[in-house]
Amino acid sequence: MMREVDVLIVGAGPAGMSAAIRLRAAGLSVLVVDEQPAPGGQIWRAVETVAPTTTGKLLGDEYRAGQHLAAAFRASGADYEPQTQVWQIEPGWHVYKSCAGQAEVIRADQVLLATGAQERPAPFPGWTLPGVLTVGAAQILLKTSQQVPADPVWVVGSGPLPLLYMAQLVRAGGRVAGWLDTSPAGGWRRAMPYLGDVLQRFGEIRKGLGWLRELKQAGVKRIRNVQSFRALGDGKLKTLEYTVNGGGTRQVPAKVLLVHEGVVPSIHMTRALDCAHHWSDQQACLVPDVDEWGQTSLRGVYIAGDGAGIAGANAACTRGELAAIGIALQAGKLTAQRAVEQALPLREQLAGQQRLRPMLDAMYPPRASIFAPSDDTIVCRCEELTAGDIRRAAALGQPGPNQIKSFTRAGMGPCQGRQCGYTIAHILAAEQQRPVAQVGFYRIRPPLKPLTLGELASLDLDGEK
Amino acid sequence: MFRKLHEPGAQALTLTIDGVPVRAEPGETVAAVLLRQQTAALRTTPVNESPRAPYCMMGVCFDCLAIVDGVASTQTCLVTVREGMRVERQFGKRSVLP
Repeated sequence: MMREVDVLIVGAGPAGMSAAIRLRAAGLSVLVVDEQPAPGGQIWRAVETVAPTTTGKLLGDEYRAGQHLAAAFRASGADYEPQTQVWQIEPGWHVYKSCAGQAEVIRADQVLLATGAQERPAPFPGWTLPGVLTVGAAQILLKTSQQVPADPVWVVGSGPLPLLYMAQLVRAGGRVAGWLDTSPAGGWRRAMPYLGDVLQRFGEIRKGLGWLRELKQAGVKRIRNVQSFRALGDGKLKTLEYTVNGGGTRQVPAKVLLVHEGVVPSIHMTRALDCAHHWSDQQACLVPDVDEWGQTSLRGVYIAGDGAGIAGANAACTRGELAAIGIALQAGKLTAQRAVEQALPLREQLAGQQRLRPMLDAMYPPRASIFAPSDDTIVCRCEELTAGDIRRAAALGQPGPNQIKSFTRAGMGPCQGRQCGYTIAHILAAEQQRPVAQVGFYRIRPPLKPLTLGELASLDLDGEK
Repeated sequence: MFRKLHEPGAQALTLTIDGVPVRAEPGETVAAVLLRQQTAALRTTPVNESPRAPYCMMGVCFDCLAIVDGVASTQTCLVTVREGMRVERQFGKRSVLP
């Protein structure tokens, strides 16, 4: 028998857990599936086990706060299936998923995608060398394995996450060899128009300033006005080379290099479903169109959290609750009036939680070179294609991303364009002198995650087994 | 490349990487354990056979692929360790033949 459920939620992070709790309270049956082994999403990875430990303490109060939501989620009565990957969603809603080599299709009246974000791909020469990781990856290693780089680590990037991670690393007894701050000069000047928001939400600004102070006290070297950099090594990272505007080129030994240029919504599921999207100039990425409840252009498919545009964990919780109210309304569990009443305080709360975002977007735009990598930079990690390869293919007529995929295999490897989609779009836009919003993104097709034939064969479609 | 803040405690379990026994803690991912080894690279690519190691740790880069209990191209950042688990590095293209 095909399992049926009122609501299927993909993702057990802040948005997915918050939505599940509220949907259960409204009397709907809920199944939450998630790739990770425990609830929390990326922000609260392993929070149930780590929050009470010394590592939980050094990760900070915001991290530990996640344990309360995880506990409420566990107690909510929602079915929860971890280490499960969704690889296809079909109208009606049929959700295909795999866990431990066994595939299953589940029918759901409504689907909530709470798949969050991924770090923005930030190519540079040498970024495929072992030893180069993202800042987010290093933070996940700290949360889930209590492990830190064995040698002083180089950090290259901008935005709040590198500051937070470096502060956590220093607290843990790790060492930072240096921080190449790639944010364009004039950050505070760009933030000036948002002074009112800064004053309103000064508590959040104070946290960031606290991290900066911790780094200063720990003697972390901050190198600004970085013009270019590359990772060098034979088989693994050995040297970081960087050039500072007006300061010449330096080579320094490096074993681990961490990079970060902000985060972008996970859009593979909504692209595969052909939901409407729009281009966000502020965040330089595609964002699914959603209504006031988080419903996409497809009736019955909702998005909550960073997947509907980057706004952070606290906002994700609120957006999860709002989506739950919208879903309960559509399921006939709430009257329209009750839904509006319940949503009102949440909308006010969300406005506050999102208030600093425009300032952060203005302060920390991704470095320009990730959209215009040098010809020798690999842009498609899977197929090992360089920016030069893509530029040569771009000269053949006026191809879009899908033709580039056919010409070169870019985006055809196991990551399915998650690491090259935006870079390719920007390169094509520049070569063809048209707006990147017009160039668009690859067509995304199932399976959304690699699937073995054995898994596919294990699918029981008509209850015949 | 990475080190743990503390030694694996009483709950530690043992898995093998290319036949060599390695200690790990319950709840850790295979990719995290690989990053503590002398050779962090866990595969070479099918295209140019260049070495790769875990990059994103959240399931979106597919650079942490290895053979886990006989299943090739497993995303090791999404798999938690188990007692007796067999992990092997994978080199170049996969074959349809066992």
